Order: sequence, then C-alpha cells, then structure tokens
Amino acid sequence: MSSRDRILGRVRRALADVPPDDTSYEQAVDRSYLRVHGDLDVEQTVDLLAENLADYRAIVRRCTEDELARTIAAMLAARGAATVLAPPGLDPAWLSATDVVQVPDRADSTPHDLDRIDSVVTACAVAIAETGTIVLDAGPGQGRRRVTLVPDHHICVVRVPDQVVSSLPEALERLDPTRPSTWISGPSATSDIELDRVEGVHGPRTLEVVLVSDPPGVAA
Amino acid sequence: MPAFPKAAHDAVNNPTLRGNLRHATHTIRDKRAAAVAELDDWAQLREAGKQIKDHTLRHLDRYLVQLEESVTAAGGTVHWAADADEANRIVADLVKATGETEVVKVKSMATQEIGLNEALEAEGIAAYETDLAELIVQLGKDRPSHILVPAIHRNRGEIRDIFAREMSEWGRAAPVGLTDNPADLADAARLHLRDKFLRAKVGVSGANFMVAETGTLVVVESEGNGRMCLTLPETLISVVGIEKVVPTWRDLEVFLQTLPRSSTAERMNPYTSMWTGTSEDDGPSDFHLVLLDNGRTDTLADEVGRQALRCIRCSACLNVCPVYERAGGHAYGSVYPGPIGAILSPQLRGTQSEVDASLPYASSLCGACYDVCPVAIDIPEVLVHLRERIAQGGPVTREGNKAVLKPAKGHAAERAAMRAARWAFGRPGALRAGQRLASRTRKLHPRTLPGPGKAWSATRDLPPVPAEPFRDWWQRTDGGKKSDGDKKTDGVRKTDGVTKDGK
Repeated sequence: MSSRDRILGRVRRALADVPPDDTSYEQAVDRSYLRVHGDLDVEQTVDLLAENLADYRAIVRRCTEDELARTIAAMLAARGAATVLAPPGLDPAWLSATDVVQVPDRADSTPHDLDRIDSVVTACAVAIAETGTIVLDAGPGQGRRRVTLVPDHHICVVRVPDQVVSSLPEALERLDPTRPSTWISGPSATSDIELDRVEGVHGPRTLEVVLVSDPPGVAA
Repeated sequence: MPAFPKAAHDAVNNPTLRGNLRHATHTIRDKRAAAVAELDDWAQLREAGKQIKDHTLRHLDRYLVQLEESVTAAGGTVHWAADADEANRIVADLVKATGETEVVKVKSMATQEIGLNEALEAEGIAAYETDLAELIVQLGKDRPSHILVPAIHRNRGEIRDIFAREMSEWGRAAPVGLTDNPADLADAARLHLRDKFLRAKVGVSGANFMVAETGTLVVVESEGNGRMCLTLPETLISVVGIEKVVPTWRDLEVFLQTLPRSSTAERMNPYTSMWTGTSEDDGPSDFHLVLLDNGRTDTLADEVGRQALRCIRCSACLNVCPVYERAGGHAYGSVYPGPIGAILSPQLRGTQSEVDASLPYASSLCGACYDVCPVAIDIPEVLVHLRERIAQGGPVTREGNKAVLKPAKGHAAERAAMRAARWAFGRPGALRAGQRLASRTRKLHPRTLPGPGKAWSATRDLPPVPAEPFRDWWQRTDGGKKSDGDKKTDGVRKTDGVTKDGK
C-alpha cells in the first residue's frame, strides 16, 4: 500500500464519528467578522496607509504623477546608488530623471549579480492601509520575487488611491492566487535577540514607499 | 529525555534563564494584548478561525486530495510521508537527485519534529538554518526553546560568544571585535548567511498554510531568510503537516489577521510569501511538497484531542503560561514546548515515554492559554482528558491501529490506595475500626509521609486526624442534640461547621 493510501485510510478511519451529511463548508463558518475596520473615506485610508507604513519603519513620500521622476531621482541620489534595477514593464518615465545606471531584470542573472545592485524600483499590485502592507505579485513593473529581496534598497511606488484598499480581506479579493505574491510590511526585521527589534537581517534594510497621486484637476 | 518535573528542576534554579524568559514573555504578552485590542471583531475572527480549522479537520481526506490535485496542476510534485523516517528519506533522496550536498532552511517546526537536519547530515548533506534565532541555536549546538523565538533563553552576551566562537566553523567568520549590540549581531548573521543564500541550489521549508482550492502555500516570516530560501534556489522542498491545509483562498483573510497579532504582536509580519506550484523564470523550477502524517492521524482519531490540530503555531500560549515562564522550553523535551506542546507532543508521539506521560501534568490548568489562543483550542480540556487517559488507560490509536492503553506505572500507588478505600467503604465495621484506631494513635502520626508520599508532604501539612470519628460523635450526641459531655470537639471539628452546641 502506498503511503498516500495509508494516510488517507487512517484519516477516514479517524473520522468515523463525522456523519456523511456533516455541515457543508459554506455553512460551517460564521463570517460575521468585519470586512473593514473603521469608517474612513478614501483620503483618510491613504493617510492610514502612510501612517502604518511609517510605523513599521518604512520611509514614506508623497508626490503627484508629474513629480514622480524627480522624486525617485532624488531618492536614488540621496542613497548614493550607482545602479538601479528596473523590472520589465516599469514605466520608463519613472526613471527618466535619474542618471543612475539602469540594470534590467533578467531571468539568467545570478543571485550574486543581484547582490551587486544598489537599489530597485518597482510598482506594486495593491497596498493595505490597516496593516501598512504592500503586495507584489510579479505583475508589470514588479519583477521577479528576488529582485525586491537581494538589493539593500527598495523603492516601491503605490498609485493612490486606486491601488489602496483598507483591509486584508479586500486585498485578497484583488489578488490572483496563481501568481506568486510577496507581502511586505516594513523592511526586514528580527526580534530574535532579547526581543529588540533590529531592521534588515536578510531583506532590504531600507524600504521607501512613494504614494503617487494624479495632479489635482486631472481625472483619473 | 527525563520527565518534565526533573527536566524543569534545573531551569527553575537558573536565574539567568528565568530572567531571560520572564523579560521575553512579559514583553511579548503585553504587546500582543495591544495588537489584539486594535481589532473590534477579534472574537468573531477567532471563532471563524476555529470553525474553518474544525471543518477542514472533519473532512481532511477530501481537502488533502483536492490540495494534491491543485499543487500538481500548478507544476508541483506531491509526496506523502507516514512518519518521520519516510519524510526524511524522501527529502534526502530529492536533495541527492540534484547532486547537491548542502541545503538552506527556513525555520520550520515540522522539519524539527522529524529531525531532518540530523537525518540529512547522516546522508552527507549539510542543512543550514537561516532564521537568526535558529542560527544561534544551531551554532550553539543547542535546542530551540520557543516556537517563535527559539533562542529566547539566550541573552545578547551569550549570542556574541557563540557567534565569535562558532561562525568560522560553518562559513564566514564573525567580524573581529564583534560587540553584543543586537544590530551588530544581526549584521554578522547577515554577512555569514548571505554567502550561503547566494550559492544555494536547494531550499527546504515548511508552510504556515496550504490552500486546497488553489494549491497555494504560504510562509509567514520577518527577516527575509524565508524569501531567500523560497525564491533563490532551483529546487524547493516543503515539508508540511497534513493539518496545515485550509479549504479556500478566502480563508487566509482570517488567519493572516490573527496569526501575526497573536505571535509577534504585529499588525502584519514584515514578509509573507505565497506561491502556487512553480512560475516560469521566477523562483524554483522544481517544487516538491511532502505531506507529513507522523502521528497527526492518530491525534485526529481522538475526538477530544483532535482540536490540537487546529494550532497555527503562533506561540501566544507559551508567553502567557506561568509554567513555561519558569521552566523554559527545554524542559518539555519536545520541539513543541509550552501548553500546546503539553497536549500536542503526547498525542503525536504517544504517551509511552516518561516525558510524554508527564507533559499533561506540566500545567496549572489556569486557562490563560485558552484565552489567548486565536483558534480557541481548549488546552485545559485536552490536558485533563490526557491525564485521565494516562492515569486510567483507555482506547487510543497508534500508527493507525486501535489499541488499549494500560494505566501508567507511576499511578500504581494511587490506584492501590483507591482500591483500599473502595474495600473499606464497602465494610462499615472495618471502616469504623480503622477510624477509631487512627483517632487514638493520632499523637503518634508522623508529620511527613514516608516513601513516594514524601515529596507530597514536603510542601503541605498533612490533614490532622480528629480526636473522635464523626460517626462516633454523631451517635454519642444524637447529631448534636444531646450535650457533648466530657468529650470536647477539637478545632478541626469546628472548622467543619459543627460546633459544641450543635447549631
């Protein structure tokens, strides 16, 4: 007998007490928990995102669409970055104001190659205000999972308000489970030494989030 | 491993350990309470988490088959392991097939439970733990003492010494003049481990959740070492207990809210990785899921004990437990310490060993563990159930077979005393004679008990024997209606509520 059959057989024997007409999945779970905590308007939700991101030591900047290229250029310059990784599908306009060398995200680049890159700029799939989380799902402008992991500096651009949701349930609804996803809440951190929080053990030690909004008067 | 009381003895007498534990558990329990208080619907989320897990466990066969189909359709390969040996053999064979002799590991309770690192070492494969705390434990040739923060029993000075002494043995040495500042220690670990991550071809992980509907696996972590192991290697092997499955993608909305707040007291942990099979040009090209039984189906067969399989390994119960706080994790003699360990380990491993038979007693039954549990496992209920099983024996399932457990040896004296009591209560004459003898010889009774009763009486006063048996007093005074006469009742009688004038 295969181990598969053995284990499934044991499970079925162990569940001899469960009647065949047991409560269905749909009825077994009471979903009366909240979809969203609080009653915030769009602007307040974006403010909450900024606040919670900062609370977990991400550096948050806000700008309009036409200021974005200059903002990113200034952030790379302040960091002293010599190279920046640009994932496929990243809006070329975002890096139009910087003269830092741009490196494409290639499937055949090794982890060592990535380790030599100073910064990475990406878009995101969705951001969650209540938890201060940005989610990347390898979509356009986000790159492979590793590009936001190995370089020490990650700049993530979030379009507000359309990429912002209030809560975790709302974010899951927007995501496609077949895509690999990475949820990031603040930079890498550990509390393993006497529960003192230390940023950046393995992932990027600096996470900068740019909340970019359309300029006033321009319809989305 | 010795029984819990013996193992706890040294820990309780170690002031450094107790200091480290007290600091850690109190810090984290206060933070957890604040993080939980932020959500108005905590009670409903907790109930939903319980219901999802219960429903899944009640139909586990169906969801495991569905999970297997989803993972396979997404490009993964599913293996089934009935016990630790089989799981270790599967992983070792998969690693050997890649031609590699080292693997990087994400902290995982399941792989600790089966002793994977040791099994791989025996096959000539080096397994590197990459979680900072696990690295401290591995370099210190130590054992983890907490589910979430396994090196909680070590302070910064001890960690510095371990790094300075051991890192060079395993790879990049610690920087010269390393201080005990946590940031410097974390930096030393970053440099040491980065060498390993960048060249690793095989990663080994567990998973916090597996979604049957989609075949998605979820790993929740803080440091990024998990992401390194899950995305940089070409081959990824995940060893996951069969109880970690949830039916749908939507169910994650409950657990991703309750797990981080319960474990690290954060709104959300810094990194969560989700993957479904393999993705072209992104992450490992070869993905293997090893579904582990190792005592879980036996646990499932116990209708009371089954609820332990709801556990999402948040470790909140450890941090509130007065016994864990003083004894530390090592005393439990299992990878699952604290209250959850006290009910999970004896069920996964059976209660044949001394340590497993003692674990259900490693509790004051105060109930704090139940209060904080995000999936509402009634740990005290299971503890009492297991105590009953150990003391009285009864039906159990071991390796899928029904068996009848004999009462544990340690309880022989208690059972003999009960048998003697049953005999005496069934013979009023003998009982009366015995009571009279006890009253008349009461001045001669020792203050402590001999033999195995010595430990019991070392911390308690023996109950005093009254000067006159109750039944004699009742007969003589007609239930207190007649005068007591010369016979004076003693203090004990009064505290029993019967006074001299019988009112």
